Amino acid sequence: MTKPMTGAKMVVQALKDQGVEVVFGYPGGAVLPIYDEIFQQDDIRHVLVRHEQAAVHAAEGYARSTGKVGVALVTSGPGATNAVTGLTDALMDSIPIIVLSGQVPTFMIGNDAFQEADTVGITRPCTKHNWLVKETDALSGVIHEAFHVAASGRPGPVLIDIPKDVQFASGRYTQREKARLSRYQPQVKGDAETIAALAQAMATAKKPVIYSGGGVINSGNQASQLLRELVAETDFPITSTLMGLGAYPASGKNWLGMLGMHGLYEANLATHGCDLLINIGARFDDRITGRVDDFSPHSLKAHIDIDASSINKIVHVDLPILGDVANVLEDLLRIWRDQGSVTNREAVAKWWRQIEEWRAVECLKFSPSGKVIKPQHALSRLEALTKDHDRYITTEVGQHQMWAAQYIGFEAPNRWMTSGGLGTMGYGHPASIGVQMAHPDALVINVAGEASWLMNMQELGTAVQYRLPVKQFILNNERLGMVRQWQELLHGERYSHSWSEALPDFVKLAEAFGAKGIQCKDPDDLDDAIREMIEHPGPVIFDCLVEKHENCFPMIPSGEPHNKMLLANAETQGQITAPGAVLV
Amino acid sequence: MTLKIKKGTSKHSAYDLRNPNSSVSERHTLAVIVDNEAGVLARVIGLFSGRGYNIESLTVAEIDHTGHTSRITIVTTGTPAVIVQIKAQLGRIVPVHEVHDLTVEGPSVERELALFKVSGQGEKRVEALRLADVFRSRVVDSTLETFTFELTGSPQKIDAFADLMRPLGLKELARTGVAALSRG
Ligand SMILES: Cc1ncc(C[n+]2csc(CCOP(=O)(O)OP(=O)(O)O)c2C)c(N)n1
Ligand SMILES: [Mg+2]
Repeated sequence: MTKPMTGAKMVVQALKDQGVEVVFGYPGGAVLPIYDEIFQQDDIRHVLVRHEQAAVHAAEGYARSTGKVGVALVTSGPGATNAVTGLTDALMDSIPIIVLSGQVPTFMIGNDAFQEADTVGITRPCTKHNWLVKETDALSGVIHEAFHVAASGRPGPVLIDIPKDVQFASGRYTQREKARLSRYQPQVKGDAETIAALAQAMATAKKPVIYSGGGVINSGNQASQLLRELVAETDFPITSTLMGLGAYPASGKNWLGMLGMHGLYEANLATHGCDLLINIGARFDDRITGRVDDFSPHSLKAHIDIDASSINKIVHVDLPILGDVANVLEDLLRIWRDQGSVTNREAVAKWWRQIEEWRAVECLKFSPSGKVIKPQHALSRLEALTKDHDRYITTEVGQHQMWAAQYIGFEAPNRWMTSGGLGTMGYGHPASIGVQMAHPDALVINVAGEASWLMNMQELGTAVQYRLPVKQFILNNERLGMVRQWQELLHGERYSHSWSEALPDFVKLAEAFGAKGIQCKDPDDLDDAIREMIEHPGPVIFDCLVEKHENCFPMIPSGEPHNKMLLANAETQGQITAPGAVLV
Repeated sequence: MTLKIKKGTSKHSAYDLRNPNSSVSERHTLAVIVDNEAGVLARVIGLFSGRGYNIESLTVAEIDHTGHTSRITIVTTGTPAVIVQIKAQLGRIVPVHEVHDLTVEGPSVERELALFKVSGQGEKRVEALRLADVFRSRVVDSTLETFTFELTGSPQKIDAFADLMRPLGLKELARTGVAALSRG
């Protein structure tokens, strides 16, 4: 038996035993004992953020870019409530993180004590699981179990609420190996018969499409590798959700680009017209399906997912396969090879000719201007000038996010961090900090909109303090661009509160924090300015003044199916019908 | 091997799932075995309210003291697709061990206990007693003005007894909700 230890020390010990290297946090009365322990050791680095929401997003960025569990530490009451947005974000995007929150001492719980909040109550619907630990003896076991729950099955956020007296008291430390893991053991192996049926459907399909999602990335590098093998062996076209970008390389010849509301013409039309749709680790989100009753209406549908509740939730599938992507793809490839299966080459070649016709539309083409920087142009140049770097991209939420997904090519998984499910403005800046902590020598760029960026701008202080050379690439259209676009398309061009009349001078703002500011408004200066940003060894705000009224296309208007997509040159007025307008 | 599943052959096609008019609502009794830990009931109830599912009745009690497990019996209604979703969503809750759909897993028995306070005089009071006898209900408390009856049975039986007692002076009704087990 190990010697007794205080709860606070146990927290640090358990994190070390779990291999944690970085914690993003913010102190307060209810976590002071834990901070005292952090002070007295050197194994775990603590990054002091400027707002607890940012601690959680930074942990998400860290987790998403490494495949490890991210950790955040916050105090009770306001510290915990500030973490709620980040927890919800991680829940929607299946990001494994642990939030440790301080709580008032057990004997004061329920008394409306200073900085008391019902943290487990508030976070119950926005965590995969949470715990209020009332005894020091139980603390380390719960922490070990929390790592297991966060990382296994469909990953997600968990929270451990630790009252201050539990941190002070002594108890027995449970070794990681001895911790009693919950009976939570999700099924990873897919049903062999259904996998065989899928292999057979693949051999006969004439117009197949693979639609992959964030689940491939969560399943790990091997899953991406197997996905690539599957595509190479079948020659099937592949599209992906926003969350799945990078699992299959953008330079790969079978890549159709992203699908969905702002997806590519060829990706959406192929999804609409296919006869076999293989969903690998995606969830038929409404941004993907558009009108559900007209989604991919002629296809046999297969769905590989680790979460039983994702299967048949929105779209009924013919071949449901519950299991881990890597595990199922391995079985699928083995069966495919063992049976000597081959693709219906002739039919698939014909399908490719059709897809080439759609590709020829060049839905992402835009006309650059000599006078003003078009946002698409800015991102094309950013892509060209950074693609050979060891590069990670995060984004905020809005038009810039969709353009980033369209114009930046991802060659590998875990290189793209964006708030997909929740669409959280303010995500990208702290996420970039988390990514940079994990990859100190990489080029980390947050593609931002000026409005989103302001939502967590205080984190520039964190970047400067920890010498994190994150690049904040702000496409400044002086508008809540995505809101403005919707107002143009479906609210009669009445631009109700969709711009800010008092934007800061971003260059001065950067300087005020001790960072570098660069402003660029002339297309001719753009390349040099981007190079200057890349070469600067510290954090940079790049204020890229872009065309103010550019719309993001292609776009599937809400309530419409994929074949009713709007392209850049479309007549857009009145395209969204009354029933569509109630959808978000 | 031939492919057994053809598109559109499933009777639960997604295309009518999403059409609320074409799908028929069913009543299902679910038995959920959970760790008896703080907050587990809140998780289950929060799932139903957060996702807009119905709860007709819900009962919970510890069933294994040493193993710290409780059994939650939930009677819910929904289209077949919604029922499948409810079960999958319940299965995601970390302290949930087992989810049984007693309605589809074979025959089962359902019982509920109810207490009825009936107040009346003269002929009505006699009639209440007589009906209670017919229903094999026991008197567990009586005063000069009131009887309190205890009745155990299926929810339908309890509904029927309540309907009969209402004109006879039913003042208060307490029901436990359904407890259910599969047969055999
Ligand atoms: C926290 C939050 N509040 C509101 C919204 C709704 N919203 C979505 S995009 C957007 C505008 C974003 O503006 P900006 O960051 O400048 O990006 P742009 O669309 O102009 O590229 C808003 C307000 C949101 N997604 N998140
Ligand atoms: Mg903007």
